[in-house]
Amino acid sequence: MTPDSFLSMCLTAGFALIMLSLILAFVRLAKGPSFSDRVVALDMMSVSIVAFCALYAVKTGVGSFLDIASVVALIGFLATVALARFAERGLHRDRTITYDKGTQPPGSRAAPAPEGEAKT
Amino acid sequence: MNSLILTTATRLIVAILLLFSMFMLLRGHNEPGGGFIGGLIGATGFVMYAIACGTSEARAALRVRPQQIAAAGLGVAALAGLSSGLLGDPIFTGEWLMIGASGDSKGLALSTVLLFDIGVYLVVMGGILTLVFALEEEI
Repeated sequence: MTPDSFLSMCLTAGFALIMLSLILAFVRLAKGPSFSDRVVALDMMSVSIVAFCALYAVKTGVGSFLDIASVVALIGFLATVALARFAERGLHRDRTITYDKGTQPPGSRAAPAPEGEAKT
Repeated sequence: MNSLILTTATRLIVAILLLFSMFMLLRGHNEPGGGFIGGLIGATGFVMYAIACGTSEARAALRVRPQQIAAAGLGVAALAGLSSGLLGDPIFTGEWLMIGASGDSKGLALSTVLLFDIGVYLVVMGGILTLVFALEEEI
């Protein structure tokens, strides 16, 4: 087995595994019972896309794909933070999280939700 | 949003984003990049700062109003486009100034195209920040 054929075999395996992780994350995004499940699934998809860009840069030898990977990573972080703040403000209509609206003004820190570990 | 983790991480990430936006702007003519994507990445840095530390802090960090940035960018782009008309070419022709060009080396290549790209950068950054700050203060 030459180094080139081993590299191409590894690249094929890597692409297949990234596709698998994208599919699994998409299933969670579509099914996800709560809002925070969907946010984490979206974050996982953006990380998978970053890995895909890096592998594609190795496959083609074009360094520009690495810049795309860093842009996707930075913007994906912003998307996760914005969605986490959206969830914290309790503006979404998700029936699994119930806020006590009588005692709390809408801008303040929300009551502890059932999935408290998902706070960012 | 009072999160210590986010505020600490934001300091680092804003610096990286602004540096990366400059990198994207300056490499734009020969490789992927340019004023538009550079302006978007730079605006993302300030949006990040506004989310972590509040809109008033981000406005103070920006020092001038975002509308003024957009207007200044439009002026720079128009100046770059019209400057070739003063030199006798059709307007919006790229004028190149090769500093230290000799033989096969082009030297430092400056152009009105770069000036136009800087204008696009400022317009995109100012426009996006105007939108985002208005949305942030609305809620």
